Amino acid sequence: MASPSNTHLQTRRQLLGRIGALAGSVALYQAMTSMGHAMGTDFSGPPKLSGAQKGTSVLVLGAGLAGMLSAYELRKAGYDVKIIEFQTRSGGRNISLRGGDTVTELGGETQKVGFAPGNYINPGPWRIPYHHQGLLYYCREFGVELEPFIELNHNSWLHSTGSFGGKAVRYRELAADFTGFTAELLAKAVDQHKLDDLVSADEVAHLKDAMRGWGALTPDLAYTKGNISALRRGFEKPQGGGLNGAPVPSDLLNRGEIWKSGMWNWMAFHERLDMQTTMFQPVGGMDNIGKAFTRQVKDLLQLNCKVTAIHQDDHGVSVTYHDMQHGGVVRHAQADYCVCTIPLSILSQLDVQVSDGMKAAIAAVPYASSVKLGLEFKRRFWEEDDQIYGGISFTDQPISQVSYPSHGIFSKGPAVLLGGYMFGPAAYDFAGMTPQERLEQGLRQGLAFHPQYRKEFLNGVSFAWSRVPWTLGCCSMWSEEARKTHYKTLCSIDRRLVLAGEHASYVGCWQEGAILSALDAVTRLHKRALGAA
Amino acid sequence: MRKFLLLSALVAAVAPAGFARADSASAISGKMEALSSGEATYRHVCQSCHMADGQGAVGAGAQIPALAHNPHLQAASYPVTVILNGYGAMPWFSGLLNDRQVADVVDYIRTHFGNHYTDKLNPSEVALMRPHLTAEEQ
Repeated sequence: MASPSNTHLQTRRQLLGRIGALAGSVALYQAMTSMGHAMGTDFSGPPKLSGAQKGTSVLVLGAGLAGMLSAYELRKAGYDVKIIEFQTRSGGRNISLRGGDTVTELGGETQKVGFAPGNYINPGPWRIPYHHQGLLYYCREFGVELEPFIELNHNSWLHSTGSFGGKAVRYRELAADFTGFTAELLAKAVDQHKLDDLVSADEVAHLKDAMRGWGALTPDLAYTKGNISALRRGFEKPQGGGLNGAPVPSDLLNRGEIWKSGMWNWMAFHERLDMQTTMFQPVGGMDNIGKAFTRQVKDLLQLNCKVTAIHQDDHGVSVTYHDMQHGGVVRHAQADYCVCTIPLSILSQLDVQVSDGMKAAIAAVPYASSVKLGLEFKRRFWEEDDQIYGGISFTDQPISQVSYPSHGIFSKGPAVLLGGYMFGPAAYDFAGMTPQERLEQGLRQGLAFHPQYRKEFLNGVSFAWSRVPWTLGCCSMWSEEARKTHYKTLCSIDRRLVLAGEHASYVGCWQEGAILSALDAVTRLHKRALGAA
Repeated sequence: MRKFLLLSALVAAVAPAGFARADSASAISGKMEALSSGEATYRHVCQSCHMADGQGAVGAGAQIPALAHNPHLQAASYPVTVILNGYGAMPWFSGLLNDRQVADVVDYIRTHFGNHYTDKLNPSEVALMRPHLTAEEQ
């Protein structure tokens, strides 16, 4: 069947497909920004609500970011607000673990965190894209100090058990060679008139120039071992000074193996809008955001309350809860309105008086499983031995990735890295292990590119989100089908109740989703309360 | 998740795209263990929530149901439906597990943890019950 011309066409298509996987997203992003889209999330400023009818009350369920922000904005608008929260802490999934903290998970396992003073791990959110302007606005407003989070590190490791003999390669080596070989193929194809049906004569010269510059090609369009490629991928013997300072270029990776390895996925990962630089983290731990939010609404907050039922009629809302601080005594809280930020994983099992459609929506969104490992080592061997300062190494083993702290770089003494961050099947697998097994697996797999692991290891903690009593999962996991059928209902005001949280957003699993959802919910609720909607 | 299944079948494929979750590793999710028996699937997938002894757990006014001594398992079609479609907080596994794996794990939970429903499930029956569910790109 395959005629020669057919074969050519397929090869071209494959080639363009491969380029598209990386270049396409960049090109699309540029095209979109030039049209004024994609500049950030849908945040245009704080809601500036005012004029609530005196004495109107709102009960907020849940003291995560969505709940606390709802309370903050509604009080500013003039409502009488109260928040009730299940945990003995506020902040929700915005959480950091430090030495002395205890993690008790469903199934009964308890871990005591043994980190040295000043060290921490963020088991939930850990990085903030620069365009999450809603969250960043309130960080600034509430005095949260932020610092850069290092997402992309050209000197980090990429490791695939089935590629390059199972030996890890540096990000810059793979990136330089992927780009170089891709550019070479395209430049030569154009040069040899093999793409004449796709590329106009006007374009050819510019395209060749672009590929030469982009891919670090020689003047004759070759990507080859030499100083030009080594200035991208690194030298075998680095550039030095004095008599023997001449550098020696490095060997290239095998071209066919690069395509086959799939490791280019890890290059594409950093190109996603969500992961592009600059990213941020709060100084001292992610929970400094939760703490700053808490400072704004501290006087409204009642902790340790287990909600079991939410009832409503035309006059108000009644929430039944067990006051765990007082032996679990059953109490009822009444209010004119309710903003409920309880995760759907929990809410779907409570006695909630809402329309059938809302009930179905609440039950329609499962929660993803995720596991993080925080490992503390005696010293920053990744910096001292490997010159890795922040960023992420990737592996095709279940631990998926190892991320190095963006803070405290060059400091001496123990440091904590993220020794595994799993979603999907690997998360199910790790969540099913005992905490000891998780750490052992994390260490064993990390040895593939950090031989110092065993010698330098001090202690560790694992956090399995599917075993967290107050979320039963990490975050909402919408299917396309459920989004189509249930999303609008989920976000609608059901008589006197409105839901908020990352689950009620298109920025799911990010704190920004909680912020934007809360702002939208309270804005609409305010309108409703004023009788305008 | 569907894409994940296809890619995970390839030995060389790493970092499969498609199981996208935001502040997650998103496109990055680790390889799946080989799930060649009902017990293996239970250990590597189900026990993350339902626990090693099938007892489930009780959380904040909500629970992970026990599979142990569970009369809902009397008809095999019930657990098959839940596994393929998800239920409440529980994700759907139609993209992750093939018909054989679903049949195997349903047989396993129906004959363990104090359950004694010995009729075997044919993978072809699972195939007929498969929903069309697609995880959103994120």
